[in-house]
Amino acid sequence: MSTSPQQPEQPARSLQVDRLTKEYVAGKPILSNISFEVSGRSSVAIIGPSGTGKSTLIRCVNKLIPPTSGNIYVSGENITVLHGARLRRARRKIGMVFQEFNLVERLTVMENVLCGRLGYVSSLRAWLRRYPQRDIEMAFSLLESIGLLDFTRQRADSLSGGQRQRVGIARAIMQEPHVLLADEPTSSLDPKTSVEIMELLVSLTETHQIPLLINIHDVELAKRFTNRVIGIARGGIVFDGPPAELSNDHLKDIYGGENWLQ
Amino acid sequence: MSGGTTTRRPFQTNWLARAGWLLAFLYALYAANLLDISWERFLIGLDNGAKFIGEMVPPNFSRWQLLLGNLIETIEIAIIASAFGVFISLPVGLLAARNLMPAWVTWPFRTFIALCRSFHPVIFAILFVKAVGFGPLAGILTLIFASIGFIGKLFAEAIEEISLKPVEALRATGAPFMSVIVYAVLPQVLNRFIGFSSYQLDANLRNSTMVGIVGAGGIGGTLFSAFQRFDYDFLAAILISIIALVMVSEYISTQVKKVFQ
Repeated sequence: MSTSPQQPEQPARSLQVDRLTKEYVAGKPILSNISFEVSGRSSVAIIGPSGTGKSTLIRCVNKLIPPTSGNIYVSGENITVLHGARLRRARRKIGMVFQEFNLVERLTVMENVLCGRLGYVSSLRAWLRRYPQRDIEMAFSLLESIGLLDFTRQRADSLSGGQRQRVGIARAIMQEPHVLLADEPTSSLDPKTSVEIMELLVSLTETHQIPLLINIHDVELAKRFTNRVIGIARGGIVFDGPPAELSNDHLKDIYGGENWLQ
Repeated sequence: MSGGTTTRRPFQTNWLARAGWLLAFLYALYAANLLDISWERFLIGLDNGAKFIGEMVPPNFSRWQLLLGNLIETIEIAIIASAFGVFISLPVGLLAARNLMPAWVTWPFRTFIALCRSFHPVIFAILFVKAVGFGPLAGILTLIFASIGFIGKLFAEAIEEISLKPVEALRATGAPFMSVIVYAVLPQVLNRFIGFSSYQLDANLRNSTMVGIVGAGGIGGTLFSAFQRFDYDFLAAILISIIALVMVSEYISTQVKKVFQ
């Protein structure tokens, strides 16, 4: 605990996507020349029709899917050129929240939250559950802030959808990431829970000063909770601006058609 | 197509399957005829069997010390072989799982598992008796290979059926490979692994009574010589002990599974 840094003046946490292109089939890019930057306390929603490559975009950021060309910088470090142990070390800086939570069902809530520290702890210590006391304290205080302290020792499969997503968010925050990616974090949840999860995501990333990048289907939720919207269609960015500027014309351009807007 | 008077049939008659069953039945009759298995032959067999069983009662437990020593050796063979077999199957199964490992890793391990499965334990036992000599070592090696063949294959299949979602999530946190295995893979398959292992311990107990017949240690050797010396009352005692042993092991493995529910 004595070695924890005293919050020195470090460069702002940021994500920079530079001319990212991804082709699953050669010559047919699903994403082409995507560039944008997110830094500091900002939350950005990515909207676009199903199948435009929103999930691909987010998975290219932590190289779960390798991009075809272009560069991704997380706080200045180029992720795309990294491999093996260096890639793993860089991934610790990128938190991720999933549509279907992706918890380990048979492990306890505490174990799932501590999974966020696996990149920092040796496999042997992780296996023996001997995490540093600092990690354990952090996990407890996070569990308290997401209201699941009473569930610490319960198995993840005994939780409701909303509770599971809270655990998923806590796991990502445990990484102390420089950017938090969320891939459709509310799509498996009911409307009320969706709002609560968005509130939690935004408030936690604000207090921990982590830039937030969310893929989201629900345009209203995006407008309500983020301060910037990026619209993707036909493989490229067709809108990038504050939610207030997102007009019906833009939505028509992004999703096509117009009858659904009535 | 809905004729007013004809009854509509909800199921299609499978003439091919009916013909298949008929053919199978006819072949069974033909084969029995070919092997000269007739009713008279069966009656002679029954007669012989009655004489045999008559000589088995009462079972003769007077050489109980020999019997007990043999039983203990049998149990030792089974437990040692199961311990090593289970321990080796864990990495072998993991390395044979095609959803976690690249093909150049899985295929040698899948070949190894297939090799372990290709021979019946008796054949392995004969091979090992020739290779390392008479005695329990040959039996232990036999059952280790049998265990790897069984648990390794089922364990690899269990791993191939897991959900990859937690695996993806943990890879995204930057977790090292072994941590991903320990946290995202093992919790999903541990229950089944314990199930396979206790079943294999059971099977090993049964098989370790048999490997002795070819000289690989355990109670099978005594059983075989009792056969050859027409020592049928002692034979009955051995058979009863084996039944008791298997029933006890069945009980224990049920209890073990309860602990790991």
